[in-house]
Amino acid sequence: MSQRAAGSRLPLPFPGRTQRVLPGFGLSLGISLTFVSLVLLLPLTGLVGQLAGLSLGEYWAIISEPRVVASYAITLGAAAVAALVNAAFGLLLAWVLVRYDFPGKRALDALMDLPFALPTAVAGITLATLYSSNGWMGQTLAPLGLEVAYTWVGIALAMAFTSIPFVVRTVQPILEDLPHEIDEAAMTLGAQDGVAFRRVILPHLWPALVTGTGLAFVRSLGEFGAVIFIAGNMPYETEITSLMIFVKLQEYDYVGASAIASVVLATSLALLLAINLWQGRFIRRLHGGN
Amino acid sequence: MQRIGDAPALRRLLIGAAVALSALFLLLPLVAIFAQAFSQGLGTFWVNVSDTYTLAAIGLTLFITALTIPINLVFGVMLAWLVTRFAFPGRRLLQTLIDIPFAISPVVAGLVYLLLYGRNGWLGGWLDAHDIQLMFAWPGILMVTVFVTCPFVARELIPLMQAQGSREEEAAVTLGASGFTLFRRVTLPNIRWALLYGVILTNARAVGEFGAVSVVSGAIRGETNTLPLHVELLYQDYNTVGAFASAALLALIALFTLAAKAGLEWRAARREALA
Amino acid sequence: MSIRLENIAKHYGPRARALSPIDLDIREGELIGLLGPSGSGKTTLLRIMAGLEQPDPAPAGRIQFGERDVTRVHVRDRRIGFVFQHYALFRHMSVYDNVAFGLTVLPRRERPSSGEIRARVHRLLEMVQLEQLATRYPAQLSGGQQQRVSLARALALRPEVLLLDEPFGALDAKVRQELRRWLRHLHDELGFTSVFVTHDQEEALELSDRVAVMSNGRIEQIDTPEALYRAPANRFVFEFLGDVNHLEGEVREGVLTCGEARLAVDMPDGAAELLMRPHELSLAPAPSAEAHLPMTVTAVSPVGAEVRVELAADWLAEPWLATVRHADFEHLALARGKRLYALPRRWHRFDDQGARPAARPRLATAD
Repeated sequence: MSQRAAGSRLPLPFPGRTQRVLPGFGLSLGISLTFVSLVLLLPLTGLVGQLAGLSLGEYWAIISEPRVVASYAITLGAAAVAALVNAAFGLLLAWVLVRYDFPGKRALDALMDLPFALPTAVAGITLATLYSSNGWMGQTLAPLGLEVAYTWVGIALAMAFTSIPFVVRTVQPILEDLPHEIDEAAMTLGAQDGVAFRRVILPHLWPALVTGTGLAFVRSLGEFGAVIFIAGNMPYETEITSLMIFVKLQEYDYVGASAIASVVLATSLALLLAINLWQGRFIRRLHGGN
Repeated sequence: MQRIGDAPALRRLLIGAAVALSALFLLLPLVAIFAQAFSQGLGTFWVNVSDTYTLAAIGLTLFITALTIPINLVFGVMLAWLVTRFAFPGRRLLQTLIDIPFAISPVVAGLVYLLLYGRNGWLGGWLDAHDIQLMFAWPGILMVTVFVTCPFVARELIPLMQAQGSREEEAAVTLGASGFTLFRRVTLPNIRWALLYGVILTNARAVGEFGAVSVVSGAIRGETNTLPLHVELLYQDYNTVGAFASAALLALIALFTLAAKAGLEWRAARREALA
Repeated sequence: MSIRLENIAKHYGPRARALSPIDLDIREGELIGLLGPSGSGKTTLLRIMAGLEQPDPAPAGRIQFGERDVTRVHVRDRRIGFVFQHYALFRHMSVYDNVAFGLTVLPRRERPSSGEIRARVHRLLEMVQLEQLATRYPAQLSGGQQQRVSLARALALRPEVLLLDEPFGALDAKVRQELRRWLRHLHDELGFTSVFVTHDQEEALELSDRVAVMSNGRIEQIDTPEALYRAPANRFVFEFLGDVNHLEGEVREGVLTCGEARLAVDMPDGAAELLMRPHELSLAPAPSAEAHLPMTVTAVSPVGAEVRVELAADWLAEPWLATVRHADFEHLALARGKRLYALPRRWHRFDDQGARPAARPRLATAD
């Protein structure tokens, strides 16, 4: 870059424009901006362009079509169940992995990342096979009257599977950093385990737990590959919103697909923004500031 | 040292519950993949894996991954260098923007590319007139794969480079190092493990991406069918064993990813303990 | 309440010995300081008293609070107050909630009514002069204020034993002074038994009724501050309690020689090492009949009640330190580079570990 040349010039006469010490500002800025514009932002304009041709009434008609609305309800409901299940499971796993030592702990820790490492389609066909009526789990659960495959329970299960790491991996570092004096202070003041966990430890984990659960929820809303195989995809019953977009695309209804996609996109972005804002407020209180 | 929840009975109960639930929800599916793949013997597995279309799908997946990794490596390093070594207006915004792929459903990601570059899209007409086909061809698959995997390297590097600060690099500049020498001799040794981890994650996702790729691929056997799409195709054809044979290959890559991650973390923990 | 430790030992792993078997008797209402360098086992000892660490199961030790054997009693049932080095306040709770915590987690039948809790917490906050800050969060308080909240919280359950781990270690000098005085006052007023850990000799000597000096997992000496200073049990205690000047040399026919330095001593022939406090040295322009110790002034610090003078000489491995009165400072016209003679008024000798000191006074011949 021109850093050398700049160094040989006279000092810049503008106050506040300090010379950068490290090289590569221009290069890295150029590459980053080009990449972000071309790869991340430009494609989003395609969606805007497609929707621009629609009147508000037409837009509303597409996104409020009964079959689509049913898919919202199924997706939101299953994702909520998956996120809550993961909140409990993730908290348990984070606690056990941080607080206890036992044989196989490292393997268990590594296993937590499986859902992120395993391709979603593989997870999808595996869960569908396991929980179908002649699969290992399906056979076990059928006598109990529990049907998982091709019901919303299956959808929630697949969503829960793919989003397991979120809660574990957000809570784990916070729990690790919790100083042991916090436990000890609670114990010297006479608190029993249950009370101490609820009133002293849980409040510290709360922001991470909510963030992790929120991320799991957002991920579940958009999940596709893992869900479609086990869902059965019956209109009004087990059709998720991502599938609705896919179906519209296969019918070459690009406008319909775009309209529904915009709803999904707006929901995800709004949720992420909300999580970030909430987290920021909570953290400020713990770290001072008035 | 005594900590909350140390009572032996409680401890055993919680460890038992955690292990049992993990075995049921995580380990069992993993075992099932291989059980299904080998359910008709090693011979059948081999026949399935060495099938022409399967080999073509493996080839395409490897090709796409081999292109995706260097692209995102360069971008990730550049972005991390930019946002951790310089202060400029819009720095926070840039950091937020790279998280977009994490927030977007893969199907939506595929859709926006299709809308832009497809036959009816903004640029589609121009591309069509010049006889350039991006969608339903490998360039489209590459584009969406780059999109969904672009945050991984940057995300691993940014917190690390932020924590390390730029003192060492500034010292190197005062000693006369410049440009590439500075990066290779001072920065790279400090970030290489995070970089490797970012590459491993990029690799895992690039190999396994399904939703976005299925929108833009068209899934033409032998041409635009990636390995995950091939798994779906075989499964829909009721060729379960064949589907699981390909799935087992993908699961192996996942296992390699987990092992590599555990190895890198163990290494980092050991170095921290020694420091 | 009295505290009695018998045969308490602690290992972390087979090789890492934190405490050799220790016996310690603390009388009711005493304020005891555990003093030692880091790694001496003082914090481990305190944490064992609290029940935060378990002593080694063998040899079997005993911990008694009054007549009650608490060796196997869990920390939450020992009813002690514990103040942590870094306060360990609950960051998500207000000052009020922190102080009230111990009362609100009592089993229902022992728990005071909510009105009573409120009254007690306010009394405590008044006592630590923090009523105004009851609704603040810990992160909004200064270090000294946080430590006072931590004390109020520990005292809320009216413990008869208060244990403090380096309570003032993280505070700046002025706040530390103030809190020390204030803790002493609180201790005398409320009459609990206190044990605190510190690595600061001045703090231990100023605050405690008795000080236990520890090193390497052992109690070297436990005594009142005056006794410790005047009659240190061994070399470690002597060296740990203040600045020390060393003089090593050969004794022959009543004269210790070290290079060009000579000192008349009443000792058998052989190698010897003498130890002196800075205030046990006088400085003079000429040697005396008993002492010929030529030195050069390398630094002078005329700050405080006395002047600290750093001295060096060829025959010394480490520089000496002397404290002189301001009057002498002017009289001798002390300045860097000035050559003069040191005249020991008194010295100490420790033959080996644990031996009683052989201190003998000498008449000063300066002036």
